[in-house]
Amino acid sequence: MKNPLDSIAGTIISGLVLTAVLIALANALM
Amino acid sequence: MEQEWLPLIERWIHFLAGITWIGLLYYFNLVQVPAMAAANADQGGPGGAGITKYVLPRALFWFRWGAVVTWLAGAALLGKHFVDAFTLQGQHVLIGIGAWLGTIMLLNVWGIIWPNQKKVLGLKPADDAEKAKARRLAFLASRTNTLLSIPMLLFMAASSHGAGLFS
Repeated sequence: MKNPLDSIAGTIISGLVLTAVLIALANALM
Repeated sequence: MEQEWLPLIERWIHFLAGITWIGLLYYFNLVQVPAMAAANADQGGPGGAGITKYVLPRALFWFRWGAVVTWLAGAALLGKHFVDAFTLQGQHVLIGIGAWLGTIMLLNVWGIIWPNQKKVLGLKPADDAEKAKARRLAFLASRTNTLLSIPMLLFMAASSHGAGLFS
């Protein structure tokens, strides 16, 4: 499997996915 | 009076240093990495040695010290709420997540990117195989920081603009 960090698009998509996960975490903590 | 000026100046320094740090991070990832790949693939072209010799050391200087100043100014801004933020307490959850992401990024800069770039630049002895490994590790840590910067900036901004959107 290709490492998503090898491309800018893969890096940005991974960043957006992590953002969504952390928003869910923040909502659970607040 | 001092109570109003101090946080503003701390925030100002946090922004100036943060733009220097993250601006250079985006320069490395969006400009320099693809430019070096193109330069190395360009048979008969000037190559990328000039970038490595003249641009990279200067960019890395501002990059790594920008990271330190950003973190210190951010810590000063948190002030008495520093522990509340890092333990994700109540209303400090959003800035706390942003602060954790920023801290991981700072540790990435000084713990992985800079030590490996020193091998790439020849500031630390390394053979060709070690240099290739160091280049790959520095690249992956730099890409990881680019990834982390996306939620980091959202949470930093959301803590003062949009906290009401979170339950």
